[in-house]
Amino acid sequence: MIVKKFNDTIMGLWSLLVGLKVTAVNFTRPQITVHYPRQTVPSLEGYRGHIELVPQDEDPLKPKCIACNTCARMCPSSCISLTASKPKKKAAEDKECSGEESGEKPKPKKAKPELESFVLDYNYCSLCGQCVQNCPVDALRYTSDVYLAGFTRQEFVFDLLARLQDQAAQKEQ
Amino acid sequence: MIEAIPIPLIVISVGLAATLAFIGLNALVLVYLERKVAGFIQRRPGPYEVGPQGILQPVADGLKLVGKQIFTPTGADRVLYWLAPMISIAPALVCFLAIPFGPHLQIINTNVGLILILAFTGINVLALCIAGWASQNKYALLGAARDISQSVAYEIPLLLSILPIIFMTGTFNLFDIASGQGAWPWQWYIVYQPLAFVIFFICALAETNRNPFDLPEAESELTAGFHTEYSGMGFGMFFLAEYAYMVVASCVTAILFLGGFQGPVASGWWWFLAKVYILLLIMIWIRWTYPRVRFDQLLNICWKWLIPLAVFNLLVTLLVIAI
Repeated sequence: MIVKKFNDTIMGLWSLLVGLKVTAVNFTRPQITVHYPRQTVPSLEGYRGHIELVPQDEDPLKPKCIACNTCARMCPSSCISLTASKPKKKAAEDKECSGEESGEKPKPKKAKPELESFVLDYNYCSLCGQCVQNCPVDALRYTSDVYLAGFTRQEFVFDLLARLQDQAAQKEQ
Repeated sequence: MIEAIPIPLIVISVGLAATLAFIGLNALVLVYLERKVAGFIQRRPGPYEVGPQGILQPVADGLKLVGKQIFTPTGADRVLYWLAPMISIAPALVCFLAIPFGPHLQIINTNVGLILILAFTGINVLALCIAGWASQNKYALLGAARDISQSVAYEIPLLLSILPIIFMTGTFNLFDIASGQGAWPWQWYIVYQPLAFVIFFICALAETNRNPFDLPEAESELTAGFHTEYSGMGFGMFFLAEYAYMVVASCVTAILFLGGFQGPVASGWWWFLAKVYILLLIMIWIRWTYPRVRFDQLLNICWKWLIPLAVFNLLVTLLVIAI
């Protein structure tokens, strides 16, 4: 009994020294925090920031979006709003074009509506990801924008179509 | 006119002023050291923004404290409430008077230097007790109650671990104790009394309310313990006093066990300061290593281990001296 108590005490004292060693070793190691305004985190892969539109493979200026409105309907915070051009007009144009080229009577194509604006009100977004999950054509993805700060609400109402075009222009440069 | 003022009075006044400056400067350096060491141990930079490498951070903190509103809570005992911080810091000033910083750097060379320091550091308990009682706050009162039982308990092994040194040297004069030891580390009393050194250092941590014995101000349980209600410089004085007592404890440890101002080459106050700062760094290191002990553990360590060990150590020393 007494021997055990004595042993426990010795082990306890030893553990105190081990603890001191742990902190001493960490004292000499380099820092692992990032000095934010002067440094930024090197890799943000896997970070799920606000959403953005995915461009088409052939035309980086145009989004994959088919303006089906699923994302806007799924959004629990109602922060997505999009408008699309009416499909009728588009269908007429298509007819004209194809008719001139081949001279045959074309089959009536199903017209695609074209996205005219895609606005995300990030103030209300809860980053749940329902829109990305439910997009039928995978036209939405997460950005890795982590350094977002601003003074007004208006700064966080993002026009994602304009953003897509800016990014395409930047890439070309 | 000047002849009418006795010289000891002038010496003490100048000494007190110098001590005040020393305490203030030390507090600034220690706050900076404490936060930097904490940062480095936790792998972060610590204070960084104010001045190069954050060196002006303690100054900014001090200015903030001075600029804050002095506030007395409703129902508090106004006189006692504001007396407490003063009672806390005043004895710390007196303690420095008797400490020999160097061969010629001591304000009062008195025969009872050690007793003076032990007596005056004991008054701090009273200050914390008054602060807790006068604050009209349950956390403050609990903190004060803890502080009293802790201080009373740890005073005993503290004294018992000093006694062997007293018996070996036969004096309470701190200067004599310091100069009685040799210049080299193996001539210091820590070699003869390693157990007493360990006990004394642990008790010093407990007496100065440092981690892992900082139960009177345990943040997670008592918000801030006895100084919960104090704002501005009321808190600042407690803070200063805490750091001053840390320095006093390190000074006494350095004198009793580490040869005081004596060093292998060129003895002087620089050796003393170096030893004191190494001890202070160890205190800081300990603070950022260990979690806070529970109250029953705290008292168990004292009554079941430190006091019996100190008594045993004292008896062995007495036997050796007698033979």
